[in-house]
Amino acid sequence: MVTIACDALSVSLGQRRVLDGLSLTFEPGRLVGIIGPNGAGKSTLLRAMVGLLPPDAGGVTIDGEPIAQVPRRDLARRIAYLPQGQTVHWPISVERLVSLGRLPHLAPMSRIAKADSDAIERAMARADVSQFRDRIATELSGGERARVMLARALAVEAAGLIVDEPLAALDPGHQIDVMELLRRETEAGLLVIVVLHDLTTAARYCDRLVLLNHGKAVDDGAPMAVLTPDRLREVYGITARIEQNEDGGFVVPRGRVA
Amino acid sequence: MSRATLLTILLLLVIAAGISSLLLGTVPVSLSRLFAVVTGHGDPIASKILLDLRLPRTLIGLAVGAMLGVAGAVLQGYLRNPLADPSVLGASSSAALGAVLAIYYGLSELHVLMLPALAVLGAVGSLALLFLLAGRSESPLTLILAGIAVSTLAIAGINLALNLSSNPFAAMEIMTWLMGSIENRSAAHVWVALPCIAIGAALLLVDGRALDALTLGEDGARTLGINLKLLRVRLLLGIAIGVGGAVAVSGSIGFVGLIVPHLIRPLTDRSPSAVMLPSMLGGAALLTVADIAVRLIATSSELKLGVVTAFLGVPVFLAYLLRERRLW
Repeated sequence: MVTIACDALSVSLGQRRVLDGLSLTFEPGRLVGIIGPNGAGKSTLLRAMVGLLPPDAGGVTIDGEPIAQVPRRDLARRIAYLPQGQTVHWPISVERLVSLGRLPHLAPMSRIAKADSDAIERAMARADVSQFRDRIATELSGGERARVMLARALAVEAAGLIVDEPLAALDPGHQIDVMELLRRETEAGLLVIVVLHDLTTAARYCDRLVLLNHGKAVDDGAPMAVLTPDRLREVYGITARIEQNEDGGFVVPRGRVA
Repeated sequence: MSRATLLTILLLLVIAAGISSLLLGTVPVSLSRLFAVVTGHGDPIASKILLDLRLPRTLIGLAVGAMLGVAGAVLQGYLRNPLADPSVLGASSSAALGAVLAIYYGLSELHVLMLPALAVLGAVGSLALLFLLAGRSESPLTLILAGIAVSTLAIAGINLALNLSSNPFAAMEIMTWLMGSIENRSAAHVWVALPCIAIGAALLLVDGRALDALTLGEDGARTLGINLKLLRVRLLLGIAIGVGGAVAVSGSIGFVGLIVPHLIRPLTDRSPSAVMLPSMLGGAALLTVADIAVRLIATSSELKLGVVTAFLGVPVFLAYLLRERRLW
């Protein structure tokens, strides 16, 4: 169980202020979608939450402890992070790639222990990639790749999972696979924070949506309360057909606001 | 092939290469004479050849090869670039510049250790410059760019020394140094090279896991708990001290650090940590075999080691190229 909180968090990239005084609290057992137009600061928020970007002002806490004071390895065991478009630089096997998730747990010079190989097996089973454990990770199709990368992040067995755009370039079937996987992890008690672009997917699977624009949280709440015509016009500059149904709801963009 | 099998085969290769290097040369020594010398009953000529000439040469060949092999494997892992080798960061050429300056200013005449000391100093100096140029950035690209700048500067310095050298003998000696050779090395050279290489290799070998994590890029590695700043410091110190110590006694020997990891990688799971130790053994064996070839190939003046390793490098890259193109 883990709670991550941003407190008046401001982050700049170069001269540009990308996050501007964000205060958000993320609680365990929830699937939180971060949405917003390109350049709104979604990826920057995730990177700041795992300590990859130093804040200008404010900060991030994990279970009340400022992450700047948490040792890097310790933080790595508590939050797993999957960046957007993760590249794999060597043609290693899927199983070897997933095993990298155990690195924060290994003492220097030690061998992989039983607990670690069990965690690797579990992660591959959870992401349904056990059957291609011996394939080369750089030669997978897009859908297989996305699941293998998630398996790598799950192998950390952290209480928090932060994922940046896991659905990019996936067909609808594989999008559903990934979202259902994240849903299952949430139900097992994980805090899952995920950047999404597809609003219908966000509406259907997330417990809560945070809508970012120009580095500020414009709205935050239950999906259908956030995805209103006014918000979409104001933030995305679009009109959309929005409907509630038994699956939650759907949002179909129709056109630019004139 | 399992890791244990691979390491055993490579270790046997290293031992075989080491023993052959003691036995083979202008004057072949039989195994029984070697055995007699080892047990202390050897004839004076055999003792002289083995202990004063061949043993230092063999030890240096093994150690330099091991250092170049492991440095290549580690740099390829760190920079995530299969074409990286110890010369990329300018350590080799800066060490060579140190050696060349020692010859140019006649310092090498003062004491036998002057030249190696200046070579190590050159490598460490290049490291300081590299840190200054690369600054706080953690990306391998800035490091490569800074390395190219440092190495270009060192090579320009070497060429300047060659250009201005009025003494043709000094120029000849500088040339020899640039081609790389381990002939006529003494125990003093062994004592320069071995400690530097031991320290350098130790600094490089501890970071296998961090290099594996870098398979996922810098963000990936950092979120797996790796401290990239400390990693870079350890790695650059290891390269400067180790490669500096190696170049100090052998001159610059190219291609070993580049080709050995390529030969080893397909026999492992291809993760950077799996390539390190086997590359160290492979480098030791390869350089020693190349040095035996130098002794046995009859030419009017002895072949230089760096020339032989460069010729060995070409077929390896051709094979690599052909494989790539077929896949393509």
